[in-house]
Amino acid sequence: MLFRDPRMTPQDLANLRAMFGLDQPLYVQFYLYLVNLFHGNLGVSFAYDQPVLPIVMQRLSNTVLLVGIAYVFFVLVGIFLGVVAAWKHGSKFDAFCVSFALTTYSVPTFWLSMLFILVFSVWLGVFPTSGMLTIGAGAESFGAYLVDLLSHLAMPVITLVLYYMGFYTILARSSLLEEFTQDYVLTARAKGMSNWQVIRKHTLRNAMLPSLTLAAINIGAVVGGVLQTETVFSWPGIGSLTYDALLLRDYPLLQGAFLITALSVLAANFAVDIIYTWLDPRVRY
Amino acid sequence: MGYTSNSGCVKAVDGISLEVAEGEVFGLAGESGCGKTTAMLSIMQLLPPAGRILGGRIMFGDRDLVGLSDAALRNIRWKSISMVFQGAMNALNPVHNVGSQIAEAIMLHEKSTRRDAFRRARDLLELVGLDPSRGGEYPHQFSGGMKQRAIIAMALACNPRLVIADEPVTALDVIVQDQILKLMKQLQEKLHLSMILISHDLSVIAQTCDRVAIMYAGKIVEQADIISLFEKPLHPYTQALVKAFPSVRTSRKLTVIPGAPPDLTSLPPGCRFHPRCPVKVDRCMREEPLLIRAEAGHYAACHLLQAEPSSGKA
Amino acid sequence: MQNYPKAISQFWKSYKRSKRGVIGLAILVFFLVQAVFAGQLAPYAPDQQLGASSILLPPTLTHLLGTDEVSRDVLSEVIYASQVSLTVGFLAAFISLVVGTLIGLLAGYYAGLKAEVLMRFTDLFLVIPFLPLVIVLAAIFGSSMLNLILVIGITGWTWTARTVRSQILSLKERPFVERARSIGARDSHIIVHHILPNVIPLAFANSIILIGNAILAESVLSFFGLGDPVHVSWGMMLHYAYTSGAMTLGAYWYVVPPGVCIVLVMVAFALVGNALDDLLSPRLKTSWI
Repeated sequence: MLFRDPRMTPQDLANLRAMFGLDQPLYVQFYLYLVNLFHGNLGVSFAYDQPVLPIVMQRLSNTVLLVGIAYVFFVLVGIFLGVVAAWKHGSKFDAFCVSFALTTYSVPTFWLSMLFILVFSVWLGVFPTSGMLTIGAGAESFGAYLVDLLSHLAMPVITLVLYYMGFYTILARSSLLEEFTQDYVLTARAKGMSNWQVIRKHTLRNAMLPSLTLAAINIGAVVGGVLQTETVFSWPGIGSLTYDALLLRDYPLLQGAFLITALSVLAANFAVDIIYTWLDPRVRY
Repeated sequence: MGYTSNSGCVKAVDGISLEVAEGEVFGLAGESGCGKTTAMLSIMQLLPPAGRILGGRIMFGDRDLVGLSDAALRNIRWKSISMVFQGAMNALNPVHNVGSQIAEAIMLHEKSTRRDAFRRARDLLELVGLDPSRGGEYPHQFSGGMKQRAIIAMALACNPRLVIADEPVTALDVIVQDQILKLMKQLQEKLHLSMILISHDLSVIAQTCDRVAIMYAGKIVEQADIISLFEKPLHPYTQALVKAFPSVRTSRKLTVIPGAPPDLTSLPPGCRFHPRCPVKVDRCMREEPLLIRAEAGHYAACHLLQAEPSSGKA
Repeated sequence: MQNYPKAISQFWKSYKRSKRGVIGLAILVFFLVQAVFAGQLAPYAPDQQLGASSILLPPTLTHLLGTDEVSRDVLSEVIYASQVSLTVGFLAAFISLVVGTLIGLLAGYYAGLKAEVLMRFTDLFLVIPFLPLVIVLAAIFGSSMLNLILVIGITGWTWTARTVRSQILSLKERPFVERARSIGARDSHIIVHHILPNVIPLAFANSIILIGNAILAESVLSFFGLGDPVHVSWGMMLHYAYTSGAMTLGAYWYVVPPGVCIVLVMVAFALVGNALDDLLSPRLKTSWI
């Protein structure tokens, strides 16, 4: 055991090991783990002294809340900016959008989080520094609970949105610009359509495809990448759980968190594949 | 209708002047890159964002199209002047069916219900020799010739007065070429349209046009009615072009014009054609020839046509 | 092969036309110079503690970026930290590049069961979320600069492997490969003399992104306490800023500069990458809107 109380006697150690099954050969341990896995038993956390699975799932739901809200915003806002930038390509607005997008996705998420806390919590005192809820906030009414939740959500969501929307802006813009080189765009303009009409009717549909693909891939990836934001904002999600478990050397918890994260990513990707088969009849498995 | 313009910062078209009479088929011929497409796109101001009209007037009837507002231009596009593009281009959007693309033009300029617009689209398809029930099909389901017919149908959707056809038969095989050209001529006469036909292929021009202008490196070098041009070409470039035709009856050697058109960013001094001209003289290398009237209705820009420097443009 | 100097000067001429590319390159050069001449540029030694009275001082003339929680000069720290961040980034990216190219090469050239296994292995790495994986690995292997480089390097090869592999799959079918084979050239000869020269430019363009990612990964790892405490990088500085409570005390001079450096370097790489991409795959068609 790599992390233990030096006051424990050898006998205590042996007892602990027996209790956690660590005295068995490695492959036996692994086999037992798998068996337990199938029974939905991910072991018991060292630190919390509770079964791992419920802890992990609770945290997962918090993460999904945070990521879900952010996702909707960064996809929509990112694509919207990309489309407008392409429409006005060559203008100052376009140059600004591209530079802005490039910058925001070059910013490390944890640092952005720190900046937000610095500005909005420490200096301006507008948002709370950490956590998901203030204790006792839900006591008066659901409205108060909601406001409290939203004020805690605000900064992490904004951080995630700022970071991830850059990809969409750049991608949507370049796909649209690519479409603009198509001859049927000239035809449409010749027919007397305004630029915006042409964009809407003839180019948007095709141009949105790469962005949608990215959105699909992102569903899985964001769950993994949100660790930084969660930790800095102390948002009780599965990312910060992974980190905390790591610090505490709480291996069952760490394994559980890791496993569930990977499974979520797999599940999300799988769901997207299924949806694609339905959307695009050419794809068949 | 008259048209004088320059366009683009590298002057793709440098000071040309054309006039198309009502009901006439006017041909614009020249090698690739001589500026004919740019000239035509300028008429409806469809140049890409990098292109600009630098000066001149575009008279349609009695309106100058240069300087019109965007909204006014959009009104004129397709309703008064429409274009027939090369079928091989992606001129038709592959994800919309053919009928809807024709109907789209109609609904843009007239208060028409979708059903009416589609009905008219079907009528137009029939007019160009296509099966009207195929309006629901997609462009990739049409053959090259069929696509070209569909594009012609689309161009006629709003009953324009002028149709500009840019290389309409270039990508088609000769038999289909002939069919399409005959169709276009038929429709033009029947509907009393004015037409500008652009092509690098003089035989196409010969088959359909009443008058021709030959362009080279952004300028018009000769302009005449079709018969005079072919019987008595005045400009060395035109002469070479006409001579370049293989003759079925006699066994004449194929002649080729040596060299290549000049790079518009580094034009030769004087006459733009002189590096490739077989009969150039000293003056050609110093002074640019102006388009002058050699005979009635026949203009050419060559120093060799004048005994002494003369004035005046046509 | 002989015309290297001319090819390079021509390349530079076209590259110069991209304003963004030049700015990116300028930023990179700035940081490189700063890293190399850290000793001359920094006013103090990075680990020099100036006494308890100098803890967390806001920016003044003697300390342009203030001091940190153990009274070290922040400006000096930032300058020296660039050495660590950049070194880790470059080396880790290099490892990713080499490993990725190798795997992509093998998987692409030798089709069949071995290749399939390799690709599934790659996919596995693609699916596992990068950050948690890297964090766990770094925690297991300990936090030293070398380990960081290895860990980041080894987890970053997946994308390069995929790109290289698809490039090779298409190259394999080209006539010159068939010809070489038919005259009896050995596989290794074909790979080295024919395939590799066509793959290297692609790999090189890829590596720009790899370096950026590596620097970012290093800063994240350091922030979470897994960085090398002896060789302090920008990420490590931010770790100390966070854990020491300097952030909650409002010590912006400590929090902002290391992050700004990271952002600048990342943006610079993005700009250069963009410029290279435009150069190597030009858009020839005109836009109609």
